[in-house]
Amino acid sequence: MSVPMFWREIPSRYNLSGSRCTMCGAYHYPARNICPKCRRSGKIEPYNFGGTGEVVTYTVVNTPAKRFEKYTPYILAIIKLDEGPKITAQLVCEPEDVKIGMRVRAVFRKMGESGERGIIYYGTKFVPA
Amino acid sequence: MREVAVVGVGCTRFGELWNRSLRDLVVEAGIEALEDCGVGGEEIDALFVGNMSSGQFTKQEHIGCLIADYAGLASFHIPSVRVEGACASGGLAMHQAFLAVASGYYDVVVAAGVEKMTDVSTEDATDALAAASDREWEGFAGATFPGLYAMIARLHMHRYGTTREQLALVSVKNHANAVHNPKAQYRRNVSVEDVLNSPIVADPLRVLDCSPITDGAAAVVLAPLDIASEYTDTPIRVKASACATSTISLHDREDITTLDATKEAAKRAYSMAHISPADVDIAEVHDCFTIAEICAIEDLGFCAKGEGGKMTEDGETEIGGKIPVNTSGGLKACGHPVGATGIKQIVEVVQQLRGEAGKRQVDGAELALTHNVGGSGGTAVVHILSR
Repeated sequence: MSVPMFWREIPSRYNLSGSRCTMCGAYHYPARNICPKCRRSGKIEPYNFGGTGEVVTYTVVNTPAKRFEKYTPYILAIIKLDEGPKITAQLVCEPEDVKIGMRVRAVFRKMGESGERGIIYYGTKFVPA
Repeated sequence: MREVAVVGVGCTRFGELWNRSLRDLVVEAGIEALEDCGVGGEEIDALFVGNMSSGQFTKQEHIGCLIADYAGLASFHIPSVRVEGACASGGLAMHQAFLAVASGYYDVVVAAGVEKMTDVSTEDATDALAAASDREWEGFAGATFPGLYAMIARLHMHRYGTTREQLALVSVKNHANAVHNPKAQYRRNVSVEDVLNSPIVADPLRVLDCSPITDGAAAVVLAPLDIASEYTDTPIRVKASACATSTISLHDREDITTLDATKEAAKRAYSMAHISPADVDIAEVHDCFTIAEICAIEDLGFCAKGEGGKMTEDGETEIGGKIPVNTSGGLKACGHPVGATGIKQIVEVVQQLRGEAGKRQVDGAELALTHNVGGSGGTAVVHILSR
């Protein structure tokens, strides 16, 4: 991921900054410019998620994506945030401790780096709450 | 709208074809399709080519032009358009070709699909495929396609009691079908034990749950039904061509185990063809992973939600069963050159409906369905064909 691609989404990646539609009350992560329910009649404002939620489903990835080789095996999960939106993120715990429905909370973690001289990617992972 | 028929089909062998280039492959499939129906290059009004990512796999874009050129058609200046929708690119190319003929704008149209995937390393091919998911909000977290489908599998097993063995049986069946397909990448049987003992890719999915990296191309020739008999004695009617989209990210779906795009495309296709799922004799579905075939037979309405594993275990999707699924060997065993897959599915069902499928022939097949998916279900294309 290039520097501008990463940089412009830093608030979302570091702090779970998303959005909320004040017309229908739906929350979005990442932020959306158009509400999927109200579309152009929606009113979007920024919203910072509390960072707590539960595990909807998960897997332990043995054949990693590029740039994740040294973290392998890693736990990839879909987390349902308490405000409603779901998010794909890694879980930091032992694979045998993960259960569907388990409560989790967000933590700030290193997500990898772009070569020896490139940027270091940080972002959000989750741990058992 | 005019009625549309498939008059000619062609397909290369699928596999790791290191001595063949993208242009070699698609031209071979195209020539085979043209020779199948006796159409000359000068008769082709337009060409639609499904291709996911020639840019990432071979650093070549602009392949609409490239393919028309290397098919020897440059002097005819025919319109040639590349169509992209990740692994549904082939199905979408078929949809565009169908619309072009049905509308009356063009008469003879070629729909092709091609992917040349082995010019890059497995690692780079996997990364290219990840572009079909949401790079920024799934890929950034380390999501891979096996990882995404593994999460579907995990929840399906948790919620419906689908078993690891039932997943394996999809692979076992599709390998058994591929044994009789001379174009297939893996013409050998595997056992449930082989699947369960293969290395874990993303738990609970193992290597033998996953479709492979494949080179290959396929092509079909479409014409208006009322003049189709000029080209072939066995025109196959395209009774429906429908596609639908959903969220690009798996996590944004209301239900992680349901591909809404499949349900919606199928609903539109059944309505267009005036049939119900129970009328379908054979189906080629998008089994990029074993769990994907189980979700597909549910979302297409062949069984109730949650019963795909049992339907597979009961043998209802085998050749000789209630509705044979993936007689070609599917993506799992025939191979999955992503842009070609949607067209290969059409080729397979046309051969079945003509009664030309050899040892994998389903007796009396009259109504066939194809189902092609892009990404984790962001795009789905459904076609219904009949004798």
